Amino acid sequence: MIRIERRLTEARWLVPAVPAGSLVAAAVLSGIILLLTGHDPIGTWARLLDRGFFADGAMSATFVTATPLLLTGLAAAAAFRMQTWNIGAEGQLYLGAVGASGAGIALRDQSPVLIIPAMVIAGILTGAVWAAIPGVLRAYTRTNEIITSLMLNYVAGLLMTYLIFDSQSYWRDLSTFTARVFPQGKYLSDAANWPSFRLAGLAIPLGLVLGIVAAAVLWLLYARTRFGFEARVIGDSRAAAHYAGIRTRRKIVAVMALSGALAGVGGASEIGDFRHVLDPRGLQQASFGYSGIVVAALARLNPFAVVVVAVLLGGLSNAGFSLQGATFPAGLVGTLQGLILFCALAGELLVHYRIRLRRPAIIPPATEAAGAGVA
Amino acid sequence: MKNPPPLGEGEVEAEKPPAVTMRRITKRFPGVLANDGIDFEVLRGEIHALLGENGAGKSTLSNILTGLYRPDEGEIFLHGKPLIFHAPRDAIDAGIGMVHQHFRLAASFTVAENLVLGHRDAADRGLLLEPRVVEGRIADLARRYRMPVNPRARIWQLSVGEQQRVEILKVLYRGARILILDEPTSQLTPQEADALFQTLRLMTAEQRTVIFISHKLEEVMAVSNRVTVLRRGKVIGTVKTENTNTRALARMMVGREVVFTQKKEGPAQAERQLALELRQVSANGDLGTPTLHDIDLQVHAGEIVGIAGVAGNGQRELAEVITGMRRRTGGSVMVMGRLTRGGDPLEAIRRGVAYVPDDRLGTGVAPSLSIAENLVLKAFRRAPISTQGVLHLGRIRTNAVELMQRFNIGASSPLVPARQLSGGNIQKVLLARELSSRPRLLVASSPTSGLDVGATDTVRGLLLEAAGRGVGILLISEDLDEILALADRIAVLYNGRIRGVVERQNAHVEELGLMMAGAA
Repeated sequence: MIRIERRLTEARWLVPAVPAGSLVAAAVLSGIILLLTGHDPIGTWARLLDRGFFADGAMSATFVTATPLLLTGLAAAAAFRMQTWNIGAEGQLYLGAVGASGAGIALRDQSPVLIIPAMVIAGILTGAVWAAIPGVLRAYTRTNEIITSLMLNYVAGLLMTYLIFDSQSYWRDLSTFTARVFPQGKYLSDAANWPSFRLAGLAIPLGLVLGIVAAAVLWLLYARTRFGFEARVIGDSRAAAHYAGIRTRRKIVAVMALSGALAGVGGASEIGDFRHVLDPRGLQQASFGYSGIVVAALARLNPFAVVVVAVLLGGLSNAGFSLQGATFPAGLVGTLQGLILFCALAGELLVHYRIRLRRPAIIPPATEAAGAGVA
Repeated sequence: MKNPPPLGEGEVEAEKPPAVTMRRITKRFPGVLANDGIDFEVLRGEIHALLGENGAGKSTLSNILTGLYRPDEGEIFLHGKPLIFHAPRDAIDAGIGMVHQHFRLAASFTVAENLVLGHRDAADRGLLLEPRVVEGRIADLARRYRMPVNPRARIWQLSVGEQQRVEILKVLYRGARILILDEPTSQLTPQEADALFQTLRLMTAEQRTVIFISHKLEEVMAVSNRVTVLRRGKVIGTVKTENTNTRALARMMVGREVVFTQKKEGPAQAERQLALELRQVSANGDLGTPTLHDIDLQVHAGEIVGIAGVAGNGQRELAEVITGMRRRTGGSVMVMGRLTRGGDPLEAIRRGVAYVPDDRLGTGVAPSLSIAENLVLKAFRRAPISTQGVLHLGRIRTNAVELMQRFNIGASSPLVPARQLSGGNIQKVLLARELSSRPRLLVASSPTSGLDVGATDTVRGLLLEAAGRGVGILLISEDLDEILALADRIAVLYNGRIRGVVERQNAHVEELGLMMAGAA
């Protein structure tokens, strides 16, 4: 019989050993599935790693996918650390994209020095305001922020769709006949293209740099400032925070806005770094906001770990796309990715619990004591 | 079997093997020897008290007996037969049931549902619950042991006393013949405790065995047949209750004579400034109904004013109104002669009002934060702990090291999370933080409840020392002995009103008791 018991002490060596063990388990499990479906496990693994990280240009492509995951992961981590459950990074990212593309269109004739900061700020503000809605509702009317922030995702998605498909809005391109028949957004000018940085042959998008800076700022905020201290007290015990004279309601709104601002930068980066147009379908298909929650959970809400996890998941997701083909169905790709995530999350359990094989107990034969029960 | 002879007569011990025999039990935790070669024997049908201070090893020993921990060394015999537990389920199957101090009930489930939760039973048919059968059995048990409870009530609807009955019914329902109760009276009113003692006697009359874990001497004397005293993981001795007294037990438990600290003389009131003055203060309870009515109260600098009364008569509301955690609905609160706006804890903190709440873990400290962080829970917003919004971690640490030493807080490091501390040490963290903030007024709610003898003495000493330095203290306590030992003046709170204020030297226990019951 197998039993799971809570560990009395959590050994330090488990922290690196468990993720490593999880990867091995994922490799074995997916190897079995690959063998059963007639694929070469080692070859597939090699291709997965190659396409995700090592092939020519693979790492640069991975950074592109990792950038929005990093920012939404940070958004989730920022709120979750205060036990405030912002599930709305998805919608906040859309709003960031709306804000940033609006700013980019409005300033299309200006120089990049003006446009790019304006896009970032617009993304921050729209994301923050969108997240502040569930924040205010939580703080002042005690509604559940999980539900409100989640539902606002659908509102944000519909709003984007409305702006491009169902209206003649400022964001929609109406300049040509085809654009009027097949709705699409206005493309931004080249001056609104965010720069990327070259480092050791890799292209690093501006959004990724902003994300890494944000991770460091977030860490400092929580570890070294009064703001972060108050947030941690609130996260641990609302009653203790009230007792200590902390203004909990203002803080909830502020942390939700901070979380939304991070997701909003993710939306701005999607526009400035990659799409250069407000693309409702593309953004909704990507669902970066929800993946960000997985990133934050895998990173145990540590901002620096969010950076690493975002890059790993970005690579995994890219490799999946390029593995897919006539002999390698998309479902199998999803299965492999799912197994890796499953093993990583299940492995977390082992840090706190241990599994023990149990022998049957030695119990004295039923005496009158055991027999004379109630029944 | 029908009429067991009264306990304490040698023939019982000779006839039957003991219900529980633990031999040379040793259990080590990292850095702690929690149980050190313990020999422990409980006879069938007796109430056996396990007495000891916090940290003496009572909980470890009971966790071993219920299969939660495995002993590193030693043997356990049940009714004379050796056995080894691998898991709590084995202990349950062997007829051992534990009633924990903090109840383990699912709040939104009914009493009946809680009883069958996780219980496998021959009468069960597959996945289907049979509420009628279960409710019938509960009613039988409840009648037999005089523990009235409605099987269909949901746990959150029940009082603490009723919830405890459900916990006891749960272990009985599972057929427990040996019951372990961990500090069962810590959350009960005196009346509820008496009812519990009656129930326990009914159980032992049916040859069930009760192990009663406690650190309260009076109740051990009142309820038990024999007492085993633990100190620092060792058995100090086992005695028959009829052959001992509270003094002797206290000496065994603490290892020295215990004389509680007493306040010597009151201050010369007339010369002293008023630290706190309440005029006609009213406030609502949590449900929005008026709970405090027209409270008039004064606390002078250096004076200890005791608020006596049975819990639930407005004590928490009174403390919270003074400390800004609750809005008042009428009247005025003045701290050091200045009117407060009220309803703002930060305002109270800035005026020099310190507060030791009765809910220590959860309100008084943030449980997952470290000792060091909890020691600056209020000071973090001021220099030198923070400047321009930035925390100075080095100063937080030095502050913690200094306070831990000064207040003798027992922990291996300032980085230990508060929830890992014992009740006494949590209270020391609270007092260290509140007293080091140089308060003008200290509101202390049940400052020693649940603490062992040594910690109680330390806490009382700290309160007296603070009063000696000129802090006005409002001591809210259900423990009348404590109030009589410390307070200069005593006010009795009943139904949200002050029933009278008496000087300590004129106070009579009987008179206070009548006021507490609303009769005077």
